[in-house]
Amino acid sequence: MIRQDAHRIDPKRRAVIDPKKRQFATPTYKQQDYAHRLNIYEIPPTAEITLEQFEQWAIDRLKILAEIEACSYRNKSPAETATYITPLLQKFLPLSSNTSSPSGAADPRLRNERQKDHYSHFILRLAFSATEDLRRRFTRAETMLFKFRFQQDDSREKRAFIDSLNLDWEAVGDFEKTEIAESLLSSTPGLRRLDDETWYKVDWDKVPELVERRSVFLKKGKAYVPGREQLSMIMAEFTARLERALELTSRALPRLDEDDRLTPILNHLSKNFGSAESVYSEGEGYVDGSPITASSIDQLAQQHFPLCMKSLHVNLRKNNHLKHFGRLQYTLFLKGIGLSLEECILFWRQGFKGKTDDEFNSQYKYNIRHAYGEVGGDVNRRGKGYTPYSCQKILGDSNPGIGQTHGCPYRHYSVDNLVGFLQATGVNDKEVLRGVREDVGKMRYHIACNRVFEATHKNEIKKVKEDGSWSQTDLDTIVHPNTYFKRSFLLKQMAKAPKEA
Amino acid sequence: MPHSITSGSAQNDDDMPDAPPVETSTETNVRLEDMFNDDDDDDEEFPASGDVKMESPKEEPPAPTPSGVDPDIMLAFYQRLFPFRYLFQWLNHGIVPTKDFGNREFALTLQNDAYLRYQSYPTADLFRKDILRMNPSRFEIGPVYSTNPRDRKTLRGGQMKPVSKELVFDIDLTDYDDIRTCCVKANICAKCWSFVTMSIKVIDTALREDFGFEHILWVYSGRRGAHAWVCDPRARNLPDDRRRAIAGYLEIVRGGSQSGKKVNIKRPLHPHIVRSLELLKNDFARTTLGDQDTFETAEQAERLLSLLPDKTLNESLRRKWESSPDRASTSKWADIDSLAKTGKSSTLNPATLRDAKQDIVLEYTYPRLDAEVSKKMIHLLKSPFVIHPGTGRICVPIDPRNAENFDPLSVPTVMNLLAEIDEYDAKHPPGTAEADIPDVEGSAMNGSDMKGGRKLQDYEKTSLKPYIDFFRSFIAGLLKEERNGKRERDDTASAVKADPMEF
Repeated sequence: MIRQDAHRIDPKRRAVIDPKKRQFATPTYKQQDYAHRLNIYEIPPTAEITLEQFEQWAIDRLKILAEIEACSYRNKSPAETATYITPLLQKFLPLSSNTSSPSGAADPRLRNERQKDHYSHFILRLAFSATEDLRRRFTRAETMLFKFRFQQDDSREKRAFIDSLNLDWEAVGDFEKTEIAESLLSSTPGLRRLDDETWYKVDWDKVPELVERRSVFLKKGKAYVPGREQLSMIMAEFTARLERALELTSRALPRLDEDDRLTPILNHLSKNFGSAESVYSEGEGYVDGSPITASSIDQLAQQHFPLCMKSLHVNLRKNNHLKHFGRLQYTLFLKGIGLSLEECILFWRQGFKGKTDDEFNSQYKYNIRHAYGEVGGDVNRRGKGYTPYSCQKILGDSNPGIGQTHGCPYRHYSVDNLVGFLQATGVNDKEVLRGVREDVGKMRYHIACNRVFEATHKNEIKKVKEDGSWSQTDLDTIVHPNTYFKRSFLLKQMAKAPKEA
Repeated sequence: MPHSITSGSAQNDDDMPDAPPVETSTETNVRLEDMFNDDDDDDEEFPASGDVKMESPKEEPPAPTPSGVDPDIMLAFYQRLFPFRYLFQWLNHGIVPTKDFGNREFALTLQNDAYLRYQSYPTADLFRKDILRMNPSRFEIGPVYSTNPRDRKTLRGGQMKPVSKELVFDIDLTDYDDIRTCCVKANICAKCWSFVTMSIKVIDTALREDFGFEHILWVYSGRRGAHAWVCDPRARNLPDDRRRAIAGYLEIVRGGSQSGKKVNIKRPLHPHIVRSLELLKNDFARTTLGDQDTFETAEQAERLLSLLPDKTLNESLRRKWESSPDRASTSKWADIDSLAKTGKSSTLNPATLRDAKQDIVLEYTYPRLDAEVSKKMIHLLKSPFVIHPGTGRICVPIDPRNAENFDPLSVPTVMNLLAEIDEYDAKHPPGTAEADIPDVEGSAMNGSDMKGGRKLQDYEKTSLKPYIDFFRSFIAGLLKEERNGKRERDDTASAVKADPMEF
């Protein structure tokens, strides 16, 4: 006999049937009673729902997730996100606490809300487990949603919920606490007195976020986590479980193919998730008209490139060289604006003045061709190489190290260097520079970049607004360097050529 | 030819008919990130260094290879000196071949600079045989995969996953170019090597005390850096996000060429930083202020001023230093405090100044890690004991307890070693009594004259011996823990198994 792990929850607790008949019996499932408002989504739903419910619930949840994602792309602060999301949640995916009803968790209204939350989560799991990219985005958005709700929860229910999770946290005893008091205090930002806090000892890999930020005390592989960092630990747990579950779902997914009612709905859902992000579609950055060549880059860079690409360009011209991540970021951008592979190779060849042809061909050319999908694995070639990086990607990637030049100047330059560079590129308006400083101070890098865009294209924007040729959506916040280029290019074209009749 | 190559590898050819076919085509199916992990041009391994003479003993040297070390010499090294068996035991975590070794990726750089990824070997013998056949100028070690890396093309995409690899760290002196005054690029001297020594001390201490790791192998990278391999079972199984967390924890000096101040840490200082500062304080005085005399030039002094918080104080410092251009760094550093004490600056906040000074000490001494290397399980890192093709030096282990005494410039080169064997053999002709020593584990792997009893291993005749002995004792410690770990697992497993027997 195989003994089951005690922690494992039997997902489909079947009624006891004669083992011989079990194979053919219709399974009956235990109904779930949603005792807590929050759900860590361990147990899949088993009751029947209609197709309409299936679709509607999924769409409602998707709306929320898309909005949450959009907030993070726009760099909204948690408070801003909260005010924005709360009414939407109320409308599409309400989830009330036990105290909101006199009969507590037994209230049918609460039951229905929780059921919808539960089911819609699992439906979207099906829709978003297919590719790694979708899985990652789904996990991120779900984690944010969970975090948001967790923070809203009242403390008693929070406690009850946490207890139900069975996490093994070992409390730190008083003796040990006083022994390492100083270390505990200095590794917990903002804590004044030791007695205010209870501490838990956990394996450090349970709290990677805290370790990475160096805001927890570590000793011999154990992290001493203050009670208020529970959130971080629960988030990590939630994410980890969801990632694991999505992996499993993706493996089971092929078997769902046979169901011709659900598959179209699921496909449709996963496609719709794209709308919120600045997903880069092929040809998006291309502009008709003038073909872009290696020799025109200098001029275009000066006029139309966003600051991150200008910075790369300036560095390339200054040093006749760029380090790897800089090359990659720039190459993909150039690919995005429609520079052909041949021209791109020519551009880099001319840019790397100090290198011999041999060096260039052996060390750099392959990478450029790889970025265009000319060479490399099947997947790379079929996908035409990598897509140009979005702001999200550039901001979120690792910081440039010593001697590296990639990244976003608004984020990775010191403020003084940033302002100096802006002035060098012709942004001298005091008001704008002050605004940029402020944005950067609040870590709103997009806003700073868009501010600069608006300032440098002031007249053109005014014009297209006045004659109504561009709607407000055409002037939405820029979240992709290639959008920056395209919009800038089009605006200047408009201003140059009088409108065609 | 004194150390010519024994013809073929006949001793092994017969007993290993099951050698797997080896791909000879250059691997092109490489993901973009992987491609770049190792080939960034600025940390390229190949520019010939000025301080090492590479004399080929042949009358007519063959066509020069890009590596600088003659392929025949390379082959002789693999044949006679390279510790294949120990490398196997190290990666296999035991004597009986397991998946830990069999599914491990090796990446070979051949003499013609072709790069062969996804090689794997079931046993130490096959590993040795293939290395002798390919005679790579160097090879790198990747992760253990869920399946044999050679079978990857028979699998659907995404099925071959990395499952474990040592947690690795990479320190390279080129990252110190803006703060070292003695050498640039690929060159090193004893003065700037002390940056690496400091890094080893700080990182090693943090890994042991904070994270509780015990089996940390430090290896000289052959030219101007060092690698750390954390081999504890717990470290090997860390997923990428946990690796990123450790890298983030250890990374303090951040920022690119335009970032300005590179150390920005909040107060109160985290215990790890307090401890590191304590370790680095003296090194700062000795190395940065003394040996390097970093702030001597006006340019560097200006950089120092830009890191200090108080404008008035900076002005008076600048005036003072301009009036005596040759003032040494030590005096300049002392000036900061002495001028601050005079109380000329009314805006000066002593706490801010102290913090800024701490930041400066960290910026100029704290380890500069190539964090990307540590963050990804799939990252390849050069194997210990291979020859650095540019310098001919062996990538030997460094004892972290004795890191101060490690001198990269006295690390044996392959030429020295081969000469030492010849010298030894000349002094002790085969058959004489003192050449025989009792049999030990790990013999008969490397070429040694086989007739009559157990002969001295070739490496034991050379100055490579202490390094291999160190490596061996490191492995012994690791294997001991592995055995204990296994026994524990077995115990719990048998406890579970015993359960159903209770009826």
